[in-house]
Amino acid sequence: MPPRAMTGRCAALLAFAVVLCSFAASSRASELFVSNEVDDTVTVLDGDSYRVIATIPTDQRPRGIIETPDHKAVLVCDGDSNNIDVIDTKTLKVVRRIDTGPDPETLATSLSGDELYVSNENNALVTVIKYATGKWITQVPVGIEPEGLAVSKDGRTVVVVSEETSMAHFIDTKTWQVVANVLVDTRPRVAVYTPDQRYLWVSSEVGGTVSVIDPRSHQVVHVINFQIPGVDKQYIGPIGIQFTADGRTAFVALGRANRVAVVDPGSYEVEKYILVGQRPWQLTFSPDRSKLYVANGLTNDVTIIDVSSEKAVKSVPVGRLPWGIAVVP
Amino acid sequence: MIGRRAARVLGLLVLALAGTSGAFVAAAAAGPDARTFPIVYLREAYPGPGIMPSLLESRPEDEGLAGAEDGTAEINTTGKFLGVHFKLYVVTLPAGADVAAQARKVFAPGPAVIVADLRADDLLKLADAPAAKNALILDIRTIEDSLRQRDCRANVFHILPSQAMRTDALAQFLVEKRWSRWFLLQGPTPQDAVYAADVRRSAARYGARVVAARSYDYNPGSRRSDTGYQQIQTQMPLATQVGTGYDVLFVADETDLFGDYLPYNTFDARPVVGTQGLVATAWTPAFQSYSALQMQNRFQLFAHRRMTERDYGGWLAVNIVGDAVMRGRQTSPAGIRSYLRSDGFLVAGFKGEGLTFRTWDQQLRQPVLIAQPLMVVSMSPQPGFLHPNNTSDTLGFDQPETQCRLAQ
Repeated sequence: MPPRAMTGRCAALLAFAVVLCSFAASSRASELFVSNEVDDTVTVLDGDSYRVIATIPTDQRPRGIIETPDHKAVLVCDGDSNNIDVIDTKTLKVVRRIDTGPDPETLATSLSGDELYVSNENNALVTVIKYATGKWITQVPVGIEPEGLAVSKDGRTVVVVSEETSMAHFIDTKTWQVVANVLVDTRPRVAVYTPDQRYLWVSSEVGGTVSVIDPRSHQVVHVINFQIPGVDKQYIGPIGIQFTADGRTAFVALGRANRVAVVDPGSYEVEKYILVGQRPWQLTFSPDRSKLYVANGLTNDVTIIDVSSEKAVKSVPVGRLPWGIAVVP
Repeated sequence: MIGRRAARVLGLLVLALAGTSGAFVAAAAAGPDARTFPIVYLREAYPGPGIMPSLLESRPEDEGLAGAEDGTAEINTTGKFLGVHFKLYVVTLPAGADVAAQARKVFAPGPAVIVADLRADDLLKLADAPAAKNALILDIRTIEDSLRQRDCRANVFHILPSQAMRTDALAQFLVEKRWSRWFLLQGPTPQDAVYAADVRRSAARYGARVVAARSYDYNPGSRRSDTGYQQIQTQMPLATQVGTGYDVLFVADETDLFGDYLPYNTFDARPVVGTQGLVATAWTPAFQSYSALQMQNRFQLFAHRRMTERDYGGWLAVNIVGDAVMRGRQTSPAGIRSYLRSDGFLVAGFKGEGLTFRTWDQQLRQPVLIAQPLMVVSMSPQPGFLHPNNTSDTLGFDQPETQCRLAQ
């Protein structure tokens, strides 16, 4: 197998630009790791050509997927196998499995990457695991069907949202106690801190809103609503949230509305709706944040959005029921 | 025996609710700050359905109740974080009880929130009891159109889809499949007649045709005999031999007398839909989309059996109360009633969208599953069936058609 960045297009250009091309081949492009919930695989896409580099078999029902802070591994939760697959980003192979307890749905790491935080969907827990050894540090009882996790920049707080209980639970990482519970709209899925850490955004899939929480007072300070001409309100299901590095733009995936909303976090106004594939859930930036990748669960593809023009550039096929995306530079 | 126990439970309930007027009561057990909100689960010990056509089918004794109990445990998880506690009081009336008289006891302490696992006639008696005037009754059992039409009541909200919603849900699916010529086979009960009328209504609404219709008065004498299947193998082709070509047999057999005998026994090689065969339902243990899988797992752990449609109704009713109290901040049955009718209310029920109540008949607005015994086949409304307000209102009686006049 030729070096991964040595793509077909690159080979064709070889005769004309040998120097340029060999430079490209020596520096590996970024890669996208997409978890395919019903295929039990992770699709690896080249970050330049968006061609499939590898399809990695995982354990059963891979959903939540992230890269480690050192980019050496991609971690994916296997909900029906009660573990995490550790994928080596060099060899693109599963090199280790970490026991998580029942039904892990999503995960996050501490800032250093030493600890993993895992939401156990079926038994209302967050499990804290030492990454190096796989040993459980503690389990924190939270609401029913915990899902999305957020870690504050100072590392002192882990937030988990529970779908059935409709709450954001703030967990103190020193004591592992839940210090605050904030009721949000029905069936919250994802929690994300704003880049300046002043607010926490929580998406509610069935409620159809994003709640903006002040993490100091634990109060909901604003609720963002979405209205799309020609789309019934009940189809608007906000899930994935991403902010640009400057915090001036937020992107919110809207599930069955088949769109990504562009929101001004200053005014909370929705500026635009970008049409993508069907049932977009999770979304992730490219390493330089010039592209936004959106996993479309029902059309089995990933839509690439150009961030500066706020336009969908193309969609590329992946496995069945793509759930989330991790990006490694 | 059941009667005596029920009477005791009722006595305890009256004590527990005394002086509460249906609002919060202080509960020492739940801690000094916790407020306890009572929910009454009211059912009657109806005689069982007798022998079901299939050995695989059963009617669990705690059907409906197990869902409500599981739901109570779940809303108490939210409540734990908010300092609210819900307590489910289960009242089982003896078979043949005078519901109106019992209602006086249930409502003696004041208006209450009732999850009603009652048949249509008993539900009406409960709703019409003078003491129930300011109560909130969440009906988790009936599907009768009449209760959503002329016999609707201001204090009753219906959780499960009506008969008309079910035939509309099936009709949309059949029309989408271009299976639009129907043979209607109607059983002997009055409810079968209502369902059959709904089938004709759905056909007219969605451009299908009832090309043949027949009444069938099946005598279920041979259900458990060794030669039963031979009898059936003779009877069903006779009952289904019509000269007209058709696409599907639409069976109206609300009491499960013969419908399950029809698949593979029809005279012509045609699918069976309706009250048996491919059915329209709010829930089946086979459903796993929209987080339903997690619900099925939780219910199995809780009740050690599969979740039925009535269990789902019980679970949803209790969750509706939980939402009204904790998110809507309502404290009385009257307050909950206005909240359920308001724009602020929606409840999640594993259908991929928030569920709300139709204000004109207080029927829960919901997508409806299309299912065969082992699999969910589809969910209606089908794509392309449009509505100016909410596509789920293409199922059942829409506002312009309603015969319900709610006394406000």
